[in-house]
Amino acid sequence: MTDRKIVLSTKNIAKFFYEPVKFQALHDINFEAYEGEFLTLVGKSGSGKSTLLYCISTMDTAYEGEISIKGKNITGMKTDQLAAIRNENIGFVFQFHYLLPEFSCLKNVMIPALKLGKYSHQEIEERAYQKLKILGLDEQALKPASKLSGGQQQRVAIARALINDPAIIMGDEPTGNLDSKNTAIVFDIFKEISKEFGQTIIAVTHDNDFAKASDRTIELGDGKIINHKKVFE
Amino acid sequence: MKNINIEIAVTHIITRKKQTLVAALGVTIGIGIFLFMNSLSSGFTKYSKGEIFKNNAHIKIYKNDEISMPFMGNNDSSNSSQVIINPQVTTLSKKIINPEELLKKLKNQTYVTHAIAQVNFDVFYNRGKAQIKGNGIGVDMIAYSEMFNTQKYMVAGNVKSLQGNLNGIIIGRGISEKLNLGMDENITVSSSHGVVKVMKIVGIFDTGNSMNDNQKSYVNLSSAQQFIKEGPSYVSTIFVNTPNSDKSANYVPLLQLLTPYTVEDWKTTNADVLSGDKIRNTMLGAISVSILIVAAFGIYNILSSTIMQKINDIAILKATGFKGSDVVKIFVFEALVMGLIGTIMGLILGSVLIFIMSHVYMGGPVGYFPIGFESQLYITSFILGIVITLCAGYFPARKAAKVDPVEIFRK
Repeated sequence: MTDRKIVLSTKNIAKFFYEPVKFQALHDINFEAYEGEFLTLVGKSGSGKSTLLYCISTMDTAYEGEISIKGKNITGMKTDQLAAIRNENIGFVFQFHYLLPEFSCLKNVMIPALKLGKYSHQEIEERAYQKLKILGLDEQALKPASKLSGGQQQRVAIARALINDPAIIMGDEPTGNLDSKNTAIVFDIFKEISKEFGQTIIAVTHDNDFAKASDRTIELGDGKIINHKKVFE
Repeated sequence: MKNINIEIAVTHIITRKKQTLVAALGVTIGIGIFLFMNSLSSGFTKYSKGEIFKNNAHIKIYKNDEISMPFMGNNDSSNSSQVIINPQVTTLSKKIINPEELLKKLKNQTYVTHAIAQVNFDVFYNRGKAQIKGNGIGVDMIAYSEMFNTQKYMVAGNVKSLQGNLNGIIIGRGISEKLNLGMDENITVSSSHGVVKVMKIVGIFDTGNSMNDNQKSYVNLSSAQQFIKEGPSYVSTIFVNTPNSDKSANYVPLLQLLTPYTVEDWKTTNADVLSGDKIRNTMLGAISVSILIVAAFGIYNILSSTIMQKINDIAILKATGFKGSDVVKIFVFEALVMGLIGTIMGLILGSVLIFIMSHVYMGGPVGYFPIGFESQLYITSFILGIVITLCAGYFPARKAAKVDPVEIFRK
């Protein structure tokens, strides 16, 4: 267990909101996420779980403390550097799919890879097909993103999150808008990704079944970690 | 390999053809009107310059009135009283001394294309009791025609027929009509110095300017000198043309070195006409630029609303690793495409308007409206169209680049 690689770690994270009044949303958060781990963040509304996710996502830079991704301290980096780090290392799945409606599913999946520019256009297209196939959507690939059902759209969004083989996949209520059948599908996909490809999943959820089935759950309350349950196989 | 930013921009444009077209149409009208108005004013300025050069050379050399210097007394003796005299014009003669040599010197200058001497005199044209006041010009008619293109305005006869014909005269159409005298008929010309001559009409001109046509006549240099009872060396003005009328003022100080007489370029002589031109150009310029700015606001608006609608897309692009500068590039590229389409259509619209205008008959000496297709104005309009749309696109694009994805996702 101890020789597992740390992918993400936080040191004394504190976060303040100033509007409408000064309010401390996070107190002294310290945790680590390991390679291939399926980690869930749970807690009541306003417990700070989403706030924490956006801090470690590198999109929110207004926090105190330090965050390291793959051993590199990313606190204080410029927004352009952070954008490049996200592009390469982090995939996102939100409650809403956020697909670009004018583009086909395939193109939506390809966009982050085209941005990264590591592979040729043709290779990216093949890889995007491959990801869609994993998610059982290869037949919908050329349809416009807006023509798919909610569950399918969410799976396209997951394919998009996977396209650059990021070290971490972050989810903010990734199953929040899905029925139980689709939730199960998404859960299985996450499980598979973490086990087979060694990618780390960090997901905010208030679906208890979803959280229980994950490797580890961090429970937040009033901006503090109140329960840190490790699940060992 | 296509750039992903451009690919996204192109997709936005293709899926929003109508809005793109509306934004482009604003630019079309702006650029079309801009090109048209500037062509109008440029065409008219050219025309009025042409009118000026019908009678004016680029530079004229003449003897200006001399004013007597007031006598200021002696400086060396302190107790002598100062005497001040009213300054007065003391010019006895407007004569330029030794014009031949001056002309020769002028013609040797590399920047002088034409130089001619002229004698002006006041005359009465008579036929029986009918009398018209006017002014005569004594010149070497062939050289004069080369300079002022007089041959073009001849409605009867030829400027060459005046050459060596001391008794010949070329008169304006107005004089010919009022006195009912035609070609080869005799006209009695009396000068203000009391010299009366009966001359033969060898040509009639019509410049379209009634001041010229009703008053002016051309005779030989020596005939003119006889009219004012002066010798063959008398010359009242020397006209000089340079290769470029716009730069003629630069040659004035150079010419001034050659002669003590007053050297004046056409811009000084026609300052009133030129300032009128300037006012007109400024007015048309202000109007056309305002229209362009309105067009730019069209692009600004459409892009701003596009960005408001696409705020989720921008957020996810930023989340997946697009930098602020990438977002700016996407939307500025969209503005550029709108601007490019609009500008090109605008140049076509402007061309159509110019074409129509050039076929509008204004009547009188102007004829068809003096307007033409000027490449310089096309280039200016094109650059202006692109620059304005880029500016109009940049501000909403920058706003898009500043979208905070966290704020969008947390909603």
